[in-house]
Amino acid sequence: MQSKARQKERQRYAQLVARLSPKSDIAQGLFRAFWVGGVICMLGQGINDVFCYGLHWGAQACATGTSITLIFLSALLTGIGVYDRIGKYAGAGSIVPITGFANSVVAPAMEFRREGLVMGVGAKLFTLAGPVLVYGISASIIVGLIAYAMEMI
Amino acid sequence: MSKRIGARTVELPGRPGILAWASVAGQKEQDGPYGAQFDVVIPDELNGEQSFEAAERSLLETAVKRCAQHAGCALSDVQMLLAGDLLNQIISAGFAARNLEIPFYGLYGACSTMSESLSIGSMLADGGFADRLICATCSHFCTAERQYRAPLELGNQRTPTAQWTVTGAGAVMLGAGPAARHAQVSVAQTTCGKVIDLGIADQNNMGAAMAPAAADTIAAHLQDTRRTFEDFDLVVTGDLGRLGRDLLIELLTQKGIAVREEKLFDCGCEIFGPQQDTHCGGSGCGCAASMLCAHILPQLAGGKLRRVLFLATGALLSPTSSMQGESIPGVAHAVVLEHREA
Repeated sequence: MQSKARQKERQRYAQLVARLSPKSDIAQGLFRAFWVGGVICMLGQGINDVFCYGLHWGAQACATGTSITLIFLSALLTGIGVYDRIGKYAGAGSIVPITGFANSVVAPAMEFRREGLVMGVGAKLFTLAGPVLVYGISASIIVGLIAYAMEMI
Repeated sequence: MSKRIGARTVELPGRPGILAWASVAGQKEQDGPYGAQFDVVIPDELNGEQSFEAAERSLLETAVKRCAQHAGCALSDVQMLLAGDLLNQIISAGFAARNLEIPFYGLYGACSTMSESLSIGSMLADGGFADRLICATCSHFCTAERQYRAPLELGNQRTPTAQWTVTGAGAVMLGAGPAARHAQVSVAQTTCGKVIDLGIADQNNMGAAMAPAAADTIAAHLQDTRRTFEDFDLVVTGDLGRLGRDLLIELLTQKGIAVREEKLFDCGCEIFGPQQDTHCGGSGCGCAASMLCAHILPQLAGGKLRRVLFLATGALLSPTSSMQGESIPGVAHAVVLEHREA
């Protein structure tokens, strides 16, 4: 049990820390995130158009091809040590698109290579992307079940 | 006869001497304002090793060997090695000791290890339990990132309060008796730190987590020895960083201590320049250790500084405790280093 005096001391200290802490520049952060994120999305659209109108692929093939291309580019940029610099500049702008997901898989793969292919890369590959997969797939199952139930009615 | 003064401080009447010291640093540290003062700078992050962890222990080994070389004695003449580091199970220290073959006590005090080892080491020397011993510690940016934070290539942003783990090491040889007769620096007192936790749980804000422990130890030391800031040329803290240093000043002022800000030298604030984009400054065991050995001890030996209160600060968290939402306890041990006429 914490005494009241200690709780009060902690509260006072939290206020002091909040007062003296340097703050993030939100306007700058938003500007960078949106322009870099926007450019990545435009790039995706461009790739999609090449597949669609240049190569005359079907809609599904275009979408899959675009994802694969973006993931490849992101993995490549991660591998040659560029993506972390983009991420440092753009923040959510380069985390939210599919390229951020690829980066979060490739980065641990590189980092834990020295612990071996099984317990290193194999076990650590999804340390960052794992939660997204677990809850993303779980949510899709729930939504799918609801949709199925609605159709039955 | 008791050697204790006040509630928390130990007087060292034998005045154990600091016989030699050595610092090792990485490339980014060399690019900082004190870059030219380090004894050894490693060429890259791996330093010719297979992994960052092996590179980190090579820093420690290099520092210890260089320190013995400076003292002009063989490693076999060193009776004890007191060392620790940040990695789980302090593997850098243990593995380095395996190669150094010096009898070894492993310490864990996180980034406070340099002053913790000096504190214990000076008591051992003063008590006559060792004539020659080395206190050492190290840290490495890449090993700390993977243990505490994220893979290096992950494209994330660091928060404004984050600090940059120093790649570096420091080793200090303490001696007593005839070996220490010509030492130009001695340890006069030491104050053992209490573990203090004021509820900071953000592991990207170590400065705020550790500042209360530093304030507590400084206040205890000043009270026990009836000293003020005026009695010191410098009060050197380990790696509080810019925010932590500001908080320390505020906390000390609240305790009614007259702080002379220009005497408060934080290694974390100093080791990197403002252009190096480290946010709140440097951190890690190697921060206080390398700066002590590269910048503070030479000035003490030369007489430019006469008396320094040195306290490295440590955050006693682990990745597990942080994930479980626990707040971060801090600790800081203090040693008084004095210039001695040879």
